[in-house]
Amino acid sequence: MTDDVVTPTTERSDKTKYLPWLTTPALALIFLAAWHYYTKISGISAFILPSPWAVWDVWKGMLASPRAWDHTLVTVYSTLLGFFFGAVVGIGLGLVIGRIRWLEATLNPFIIATQVIPKVALIPLFVVWFGFGMTSKVLVAAILSFFPILTNTVLGVKSVETGHRDVMISLNASRLQTFFQLDFRNALPYIITGMEVGIVLAIIGTIVGEYLGGSAGLGYVLVSEMNSYQTDGLFAVIIHMTILGFVFYFATGLLRRFLIPWHQSADM
Amino acid sequence: MTSAKEAAPIIQLTDVSKWYGTRDKPVHALAATNLNIAAGELVVLLGPSGCGKTTLLRMIGGLLDPTGGRIEVSGKDLWRNGERQGAAVADLGMVFQDAHLFPWFTIEENIALPLKLRGVSRTERRERAQELMDLVKITGFEKRWPKELSGGMRQRAAIARALSYDPSILLMDEPFGALDAMTRDSMNVELQRIWQKTGKTIIVVTHSISEAVFLADRIVLLSPRPGRIDSIYNVDFPRPRGLDVQSSPEFQALVKTLRHRLSEVE
Repeated sequence: MTDDVVTPTTERSDKTKYLPWLTTPALALIFLAAWHYYTKISGISAFILPSPWAVWDVWKGMLASPRAWDHTLVTVYSTLLGFFFGAVVGIGLGLVIGRIRWLEATLNPFIIATQVIPKVALIPLFVVWFGFGMTSKVLVAAILSFFPILTNTVLGVKSVETGHRDVMISLNASRLQTFFQLDFRNALPYIITGMEVGIVLAIIGTIVGEYLGGSAGLGYVLVSEMNSYQTDGLFAVIIHMTILGFVFYFATGLLRRFLIPWHQSADM
Repeated sequence: MTSAKEAAPIIQLTDVSKWYGTRDKPVHALAATNLNIAAGELVVLLGPSGCGKTTLLRMIGGLLDPTGGRIEVSGKDLWRNGERQGAAVADLGMVFQDAHLFPWFTIEENIALPLKLRGVSRTERRERAQELMDLVKITGFEKRWPKELSGGMRQRAAIARALSYDPSILLMDEPFGALDAMTRDSMNVELQRIWQKTGKTIIVVTHSISEAVFLADRIVLLSPRPGRIDSIYNVDFPRPRGLDVQSSPEFQALVKTLRHRLSEVE
């Protein structure tokens, strides 16, 4: 019977797996070269579009200054804290309302309300309530990241196959056993997808929070660069934030390898 | 292992019936049915779609509550006041058309899942899984994910899972229906071997006549609208049966008889 084993590791996926290691630097280089030559040839003012070298110099300076790292840490901390609360509430609530239909029907209007309210408009209110400190930013990050995590968790719990449920029933499993062995594990890939979206939204929430009502953090730095007409500094901060976003996104994606090695998405 | 009509039945159905649906448009899935199955017997429920064979099996398996009548498993009531009785369910193992292995567990973990639910220790679970993998001949695949196995091997693992807690009865709902014809034939031979080795009582639902004749001690032929037992056939070919038995005139004659009867009731 050993001959009818299916080996699912396809060569195609092996090739595409390493392709980005080549294409990403190549495309980035092309982009930078285009940028560089455009600023050189067009004679555009450095105030509108600084050259990549100028931005690089400012960014290098940023990386060397402890003050910039302090701001980065503030942003990282608020983002992670907000994301943590968003994830806990999103996963917890999602697991519950995914299984209890009347609760979902009852809570849905309110959950949607938290999303259709322009959250950025809430920031001044949060500042009034909680001041210019971290609380407002954490709150915004949490509210922004909670929704995709919640909806994905609900989807994950609802997508449990009837056949799998039948197995648990025929094994006389308790509700709690079914929850831990089936519902939760089935929902995990969905939860991680929600978290990938959620972490990016958490960064946005934090930065906008700092932007509008902050005295520290990268969003605050962004505003001060803008106010002092340092366009190259502005670019440097944007790049800094983008890299931060990448790190968070991939760190979340890395969870796939550890939490759901059985799932196709873990092979990517 | 022969038709033990004299022995006390391990499964006893008394006037079991099933209605589906609401009050406006109820469907009579199964008319009052009486059937006794002896310990160690291999019974096949055969019939066209809509004859209630799966309904009947799912009621015996505790997945559906009967609208009327009584189901006893090893002398214990399976249903009481619409509540499934755990004591009776513990004696039943179910295998479905799809293996329904959990993709987040390895093959070994899947097989041992029922033991995990019963609080059996990890080492004991592993030992038991090893034994069962030997029995269903998938040794060496313990650390694989279900998606890495072929349909036939997954179904073997599903059988092992159903046997893990040593129930005396195995209920199989078109267990090889999703497999290709060749795998299906070899799986039927395997099932017979496992049955002879373990001495379990097995009920198989199928719509394949030759599969029914090949496997069964007794074929229960059901007819639709409403589902009910039409006729029962004893199959006396000596065991173990090889695939060659299918070309014997007696086998062919029984297949022919069943085919005629099925076309009449359909």
